[in-house]
Amino acid sequence: MRASVVVFPGSNCDRDVMDSLAEVLGITPQPVWHDDETLPEEPGLVVLPGGFSYGDYLRCGAMAARARIMKDVRRHAADGGLVLGICNGFQVLTESRLLPGAILGNRSRRFICSDCTVRVEADDTPFTSCYEKGQVLSMPIAHHEGLFFLPPDQLDELETSGQVVFRYCCPDGSLSDRCNPNGALRHIAGVRNAGGNVLGLMPHPERASESILGSQDGAPMWRSVAKWMNGGVSS
Amino acid sequence: MTFDYRQAGLRQDEYRAIQDRIGRTPTEEELRILGVMWSEHCSYKSTRSLLSTFPVRGDHVLQGPGENAGVVDIGDGLGAAFKVESHNHPSAVAPYQGAATGVGGIIRDVLAMGARPVASMDGLCFGDPDSRSVQLLADGIIRGVGGYGNAVGVPTVGGKTIWDESYTGNPLVNAMCVGLVPLDEIVSSKTARPGHIAVLVGSATGRDGIAGAAFASAELSENTSKNRPQVQIGDPFVEKLLIECCLELQRDGLIVSMQDMGAAGIVSSSSEIAAKSGVGIVIDADSVPLREKDMNLWEIALSESQERMLLIIEPPDLEKVAEKARKWDLECAAIGKVTEDGYFRMSAGGETPVNLPADMVGGGSPEIKWPSAKPEATEDSGETLPAHPPLPHNLNDLVLRMTASPRFCDRSWVFKQYDHMVQTNTVVPPGNPVSVLRIRGRDTLLAITMDTHPWYCSLDPAEGGSETLLRALRPQWVAGAEPLGMTDCLNFPSPENPRNFRVLSECVRGLARAASDMDCPVVSGNVSLYNESPRGGILPTPLVGVVGSITDQASLLRSGTTQAGDIVFVVGNDRNGLAASGYMLEAHHRLSGKPPAYDPERERYFRRNAMATATEGAARSGRAVACGGLLMTLVRECVASGTGMHLDAMPSGDLERVLFGEGDAAAVYAVPQHMEKRFCEIWADYPVTRLGSACGERLVMGDFLDLSTGSLVEAWKG
Amino acid sequence: MTHIARIYVSLKEGVLDTQGKAVAHSLQRLGHDSLKDARIGRYIQLRIDAPDTDEARTRADAMCRELLVNDLIEEYTMELEPCE
Repeated sequence: MRASVVVFPGSNCDRDVMDSLAEVLGITPQPVWHDDETLPEEPGLVVLPGGFSYGDYLRCGAMAARARIMKDVRRHAADGGLVLGICNGFQVLTESRLLPGAILGNRSRRFICSDCTVRVEADDTPFTSCYEKGQVLSMPIAHHEGLFFLPPDQLDELETSGQVVFRYCCPDGSLSDRCNPNGALRHIAGVRNAGGNVLGLMPHPERASESILGSQDGAPMWRSVAKWMNGGVSS
Repeated sequence: MTFDYRQAGLRQDEYRAIQDRIGRTPTEEELRILGVMWSEHCSYKSTRSLLSTFPVRGDHVLQGPGENAGVVDIGDGLGAAFKVESHNHPSAVAPYQGAATGVGGIIRDVLAMGARPVASMDGLCFGDPDSRSVQLLADGIIRGVGGYGNAVGVPTVGGKTIWDESYTGNPLVNAMCVGLVPLDEIVSSKTARPGHIAVLVGSATGRDGIAGAAFASAELSENTSKNRPQVQIGDPFVEKLLIECCLELQRDGLIVSMQDMGAAGIVSSSSEIAAKSGVGIVIDADSVPLREKDMNLWEIALSESQERMLLIIEPPDLEKVAEKARKWDLECAAIGKVTEDGYFRMSAGGETPVNLPADMVGGGSPEIKWPSAKPEATEDSGETLPAHPPLPHNLNDLVLRMTASPRFCDRSWVFKQYDHMVQTNTVVPPGNPVSVLRIRGRDTLLAITMDTHPWYCSLDPAEGGSETLLRALRPQWVAGAEPLGMTDCLNFPSPENPRNFRVLSECVRGLARAASDMDCPVVSGNVSLYNESPRGGILPTPLVGVVGSITDQASLLRSGTTQAGDIVFVVGNDRNGLAASGYMLEAHHRLSGKPPAYDPERERYFRRNAMATATEGAARSGRAVACGGLLMTLVRECVASGTGMHLDAMPSGDLERVLFGEGDAAAVYAVPQHMEKRFCEIWADYPVTRLGSACGERLVMGDFLDLSTGSLVEAWKG
Repeated sequence: MTHIARIYVSLKEGVLDTQGKAVAHSLQRLGHDSLKDARIGRYIQLRIDAPDTDEARTRADAMCRELLVNDLIEEYTMELEPCE
């Protein structure tokens, strides 16, 4: 399996993602410069990592979404290739309209870095086939803007089409405002596109992929992608 | 009208020294430049001989004080570069930007050694916690630390936050950064040679912080709002680009030398490289990229615009460097040349009004020997503790109150605003006695601690100086870490008051002796004097950061991991005292008496045994006894582990001192039953008390304490 | 000819404005009972070269569409005039 990690000016988690993929899957991901015209040949999984691209200026992910490489990222997604946006990467995907919605500032108006539990809502995506629906994962968050937003009717549509992939939950799996770190509507922590090949989430799987860091619940996401790309089709 | 040396902030003896050295009348530009470079903040003129008493050499020291940051060898061909620096006055005036630029500045100091910044820590001292203006200030400072650190991608992995009346009006912000560098890539400032060129990379230069260094040396007046133009504005986005650009340049072998542009920007960075390399340098102000119109030469020279680095490179490499800067969208300009003549020169518009010996600019200020006077004996400096209400029989209320107080309560509201996980190396996060990072691809772990104890220092500055370092060392030993070196920030009021100067000297003496005795040399540091507001001076506040290494993950002993069934021990704790203890300060608001005496022999026994305990895995959890003494240390352990304890055996002695005394090399351990024998063997030559065992959901001690862990957690979380 | 475009970007109705709410509460706590609510937006100023005002407006609108305004959650008004 192959992976490419896009590096925008201000991305902070690109090396973390590459190291994590290398650690879990034994592959060597390629960094991709934001100003390149095209992705590498056979880019595999394209990851838009976390960080503060363009300093979060104007709107988080707004300028990164208009970077030169994004044209080819769109093409890759349109061709059915896998694209994963983590935290700031999720913001870039919504700004690019590769995913529905917008990410607003946390309700508390404070940055929050913390362990977090999320519930798997869909195990039928290329990214989550190694999880089980309803499974509770420990995956940390670190963001100032993480509040997923869509107008109510579009939210309902998102739900009915099964595009909600992760929700913030309490450790026992129940949903509650108390366990929602940023006020995201319907406690949504991650969504996929209609085609199922683009996923965005606020928590950081690369920060939960080694036992020394406290949780390995992010590792199955990489394994799901590897399975999918090696032909193991998920149901 | 001629410019007077006093307008530049120079003293008469300094002016004479300048005239004597250069044999003529200095120009206005020269006076302005020296006024800043010879200010306290830049020149350390009041403390140079004190600082020379610090031990600076050690088995692991690769670079001691004198460079941008100190470097210690952590094994496996890697060095850890680190330093702590103050940004106190700017943070009082503009809390967010003062703190943010403090963080940015120290990151660049570490970067200048060729190291990738991998961790930050912050020492914050705030005033009265009930004061609304202090709360606003604290909020701004904390948001500034997070705002900058989070964006620049360096995890803030720990720190120290304290409150005391004396910091009202004069908060302290001490920013520490640690970076990693392969031993053969450490950048030196001694390598500039004639023919090399000086290149500025980073942001364009404006009027930020003009003469800010001199501002840092002056006391805060009533009208600090007038000082606003001197505060620098930070841009963490550009800093992140600068970090990546410089590290790529270094990897490509294009950097001969590198300096951060901090206080007094262009002047200090270029004159420093020249002086250290034993060469001269000439800077052309006209070639500096500017973002303001009509800046004159001395403004360009002294500007403290942030996010700029000075690189020394070989002339043929200029195009490659410029290309790399273009890739990262940074300004890049050749602004000067290295010469042979040992002079620092600056030119503009065809004239060269600045011609000074390079070593005079940074190092030439005459030392000021302030007089020192012993303080008068007051009732507060007596040996015995003054009378205070006796300990109530039941301590439940007292313990809950103390646990909920700002001195003891949960600090997660602070560190959750910091990304402490970015770079995916954080093994033990903030909120623990030691912050621990893993180093990818290696077994070694990095251990970092930070501490300060202004209250001990105010009662007995020498004891306080020693205890300050010991508070940062004991948790390292308990965790199984070998401390390799320390960085210090000396925050003090005006040295012009003889009693203050004596306190400063004594604190340095205490710090130096402990550093020497405990094999923890000073590799870098900073001094911040004149910390006074109209309300008065701050408590003497030496602060230290210690970097240590742990052999491997198996040798790490964590805190907060007590499990039901473990046996709870306390080691030491009989040579402690109540003076300046968290208990006396919190419960009785008394700061008086004499702290326990420094005992290096005792500390060495403790160190040896603690490290053996960790490396042999003879305990499940370990926590050095610190603020609040044994009782509050047990409370912290219960809160962190979620396990209760039933402790029916107490060490002998006066109960108040046993429970709340501090200042001894002591620790609480939770020992799995099958390791009890080995644990006791290790500690056979040291006082040990088997207190009881961990179980249930209550902390029960003798017949005087019985609280549910739930109520303790609730009080702690506020 | 140089034109100045003053663009006021605000959140659409129905989008949570937590900043606006917090600011309103602070003002009310300071005693401003007359305050009903507050909304916080963004002010962007552009200087654009264009032969005339209409063309300047067209160019500014394009910039808003392409980058400056996220039309899922934001809307904007613009004032435009020639300048020196």
